[in-house]
Amino acid sequence: MGDQEVRALSGINLEIASGEYVSLMGPSGSGKTTLLNVLGLLDRPNSGRYELDGKDVTDLSEVEQARVRREKIGFVFQSFHLVPRLTAAENIELPLMLAGTALAERKARVDETLLSFDLLDRARHRPAELSGGQRQRVAIARATILRPTILLADEPTGNLDHRIGAEVMALLEGLHHAGATLILVTHDRELGARAHRRIAMRDGEIVADER
Amino acid sequence: MKLRDTLQLSFNTVTSYRTRSLLIILAMALGVAAVVVLTALGDGARRYVVGKFSSIGTNLIIVLPGRAETAGGFPGAVLAQTPRDLTLEDARFVGQLSQVKRYAPLNVGVVELAAAGRLREVTVLGSTADLLPIRHMNLAQGSFLAQGAEYSAQIVLGAKIAQEFFPHGNVIGQRVRLGDRRFLVSGVLAIQGESMGFNSDELVIIPIDHAQALFNTASLFRILVEARSRGDIESAKEAIRDTLKRRHDGEDDVTVITQDAVLATFDRILRALTLGVAGIAAISLAVAGILVMNVMLVAVSQRTSEIGLLKAIGAPSADIRLLFFAEALWLSLAGAALGFVLGQFGSLLIRLAYPQLPAWPPMWASLAGVTIAFVTGILASLLPAARAAQLDPVKALAGR
Ligand SMILES: Nc1ncnc2c1ncn2[C@@H]1O[C@H](COP(=O)(O)OP(=O)(O)OP(=O)(O)O)[C@@H](O)[C@H]1O
Ligand SMILES: [Mg+2]
Repeated sequence: MGDQEVRALSGINLEIASGEYVSLMGPSGSGKTTLLNVLGLLDRPNSGRYELDGKDVTDLSEVEQARVRREKIGFVFQSFHLVPRLTAAENIELPLMLAGTALAERKARVDETLLSFDLLDRARHRPAELSGGQRQRVAIARATILRPTILLADEPTGNLDHRIGAEVMALLEGLHHAGATLILVTHDRELGARAHRRIAMRDGEIVADER
Repeated sequence: MKLRDTLQLSFNTVTSYRTRSLLIILAMALGVAAVVVLTALGDGARRYVVGKFSSIGTNLIIVLPGRAETAGGFPGAVLAQTPRDLTLEDARFVGQLSQVKRYAPLNVGVVELAAAGRLREVTVLGSTADLLPIRHMNLAQGSFLAQGAEYSAQIVLGAKIAQEFFPHGNVIGQRVRLGDRRFLVSGVLAIQGESMGFNSDELVIIPIDHAQALFNTASLFRILVEARSRGDIESAKEAIRDTLKRRHDGEDDVTVITQDAVLATFDRILRALTLGVAGIAAISLAVAGILVMNVMLVAVSQRTSEIGLLKAIGAPSADIRLLFFAEALWLSLAGAALGFVLGQFGSLLIRLAYPQLPAWPPMWASLAGVTIAFVTGILASLLPAARAAQLDPVKALAGR
C-alpha cells in the first residue's frame, strides 16, 4: 500500500543445475511468481546477481534480455496468455516470427509441433474455440518451439480440472525428460511432491530446499 | 522480427477489430475525400471562370474612353472632367501599331428590328470584319461583314434572332429594317450561349458606320485589340496609351484593360479560395489523427497483457513499437486510399451533376490529402506505440 516498501524477495541464494526438475511451493504472496519472473528475466532484482549458463545476465540491455528470453526461456502461465485473434498455429508460430525464422522453416516447425502436441486438428481454431487443456497445450507448444533450456511454469494446471491437469503435467514432465530444466510453481502438494527438488518459500525467503 | 511479419501481424490485428478499424478508416477517408472534393470544386470554378474569360478572345486588349483609375483624390474629380471621345480615327491609329494584329471598333445600342411581319427590340453591335476572329465567334451560315465594305448595309443575325424572325430557314439575303434603315442579311452566328454577360445569340451585328449613324454618335463604345502574341500584350498596352495620349493633346484619358490582367486576378482569387477550402478540409484530417491516437491508446490498454506476453516470449521493445506503428500505418493507408477513391467519385458526381463545371481534383490536392492523412496517422501512433513499448513486462502480463 502506498509508499510502503514490499520485499517480494530477500536473501535468495539458489543454484539450479541444468536439467533439474524443481517445484516452488508456498503460501500466496510468498514470492514464487516474483522469483520465477527474475529467473525468466522479466523482472530485475534491486540488488544481487543472476547468472544463467555461467554468464551474468543481471545487467544485460533490454534487447539482449529479450534475446535470452526468446532463446533460453519458455514461460507457461496459469491463464495461458494466448493471443485471442490468432489461431492455435499462429500463436505457436509467434516466437519463430520474433526470432526472424524464414517462412518455409517456420511452417515446417509449426506443423511438427502441432503434431507432437496432438493439436493438428485444432490448428486453425482460435483460443476461444479451444478447451482449457487444449489452450494450455498450445501455450506449452509455443513456449517450447524454440527449444529453450529452461521451462518456467507458474501454476500451469491452476485453471484446469484434475484429469486435464494431469495430462498437462505429463506433457511438461516429458519435456523435462527430453532435457529441459523445469521449474514449476504450484499450490498442489501432490504435484509439488513429484519434482526431484522441492523448494518452499515464505515471505520472500526460501525456507526449505529438499531433494 | 522481419518487416514483412510485422506488417502481416498488424494487418491481422486491423482486420480482427473490424468495427473499430472501419470507423477510423472512415473518419480518415472522409477527411481525405473532403480535401479532394472541395479542391475539385474550387479548381473547377477557377477553370470555369478562366475558361469563360479566355473564350472571349486571345491576347485581347480592351480600350475604353475615360480614366477608370485615379491617382489619388476622389473618383469624382476625374469623372467631372468629360473624357474626350474615342473615335474611329483613334481606332485606326491603334490598328497601325506594330504590336497589334487586328482591331475592331465597337458601338452598342438597342434598336427596333422589323422583318417578316415581326417586330422587336434587339441589341445592336456596330463593328468591322475583324470582330469575328477577335471575339472567337463562329458563323452558322452565310458570311460575316465583308472586309473593307463598311458602307454596305449588311447585317449578321444572332442564332436566336434568326430563328425567331425566320423560323423556316432561308435567312441569307432577306431584307430587314433596323430603326429607319434597311439591311440585307449576310450571315447568321452559330449558337454560342452567354459569355461574360453578352448573349451573342440575341444580338445583331452591322457595319460600324451604319451603327454610328443609327445611334447618331461619333464616339466609340470600345476598341477591341488583339496583340500579335502574349509577349506583345504589355508593350501593346503602352503603345496604345502613348498613341491615344498624343492624339488627345497629351491627355491620358483612356482606360486600357488587358484580358491577361483580369484573368490573372481571377485566377489568383480563385486559387486562394481553393487553398482556403482545402485547408479547412485538412483540419478534419487532423481531427481524424486525434481519433487514431485515441483508438491506439485504447488498444494499448486493452492489449496490455498481450504486450506483456510478447515481451515474455522475447519481443524487444522496438518490435512492439513497430507493431503498433504498423497498425496505424495500415489504418492510415486504408483511410487515405478509400478517401482518395471517394474523393474521385465525389468529383465525378459533381461533374455529372454540373457538366459545365470542370470539377477535376488537382493532382497536388489529392497528393496532399493522402499525405496529410498518412502523416497525421503516423504521428498519432507515435505516443501510443512508445507507451506500449515501455510497458513493464511483469505488470503488463498481470494486465495492469
Ligand atoms: N507490482 C507489485 N507492487 C507491489 N508489490 C507487489 C507487486 N507484485 C507483487 N507484489 C508483492 O510481492 C509479494 C510476492 O508476490 P508474488 O506474486 O511473487 O506471490 P506469489 O507467491 O506468486 O503468490 P500467489 O501464490 O498468490 O501467486 C507479495 O507480497 C505481493 O503483494
Ligand atoms: Mg503467483
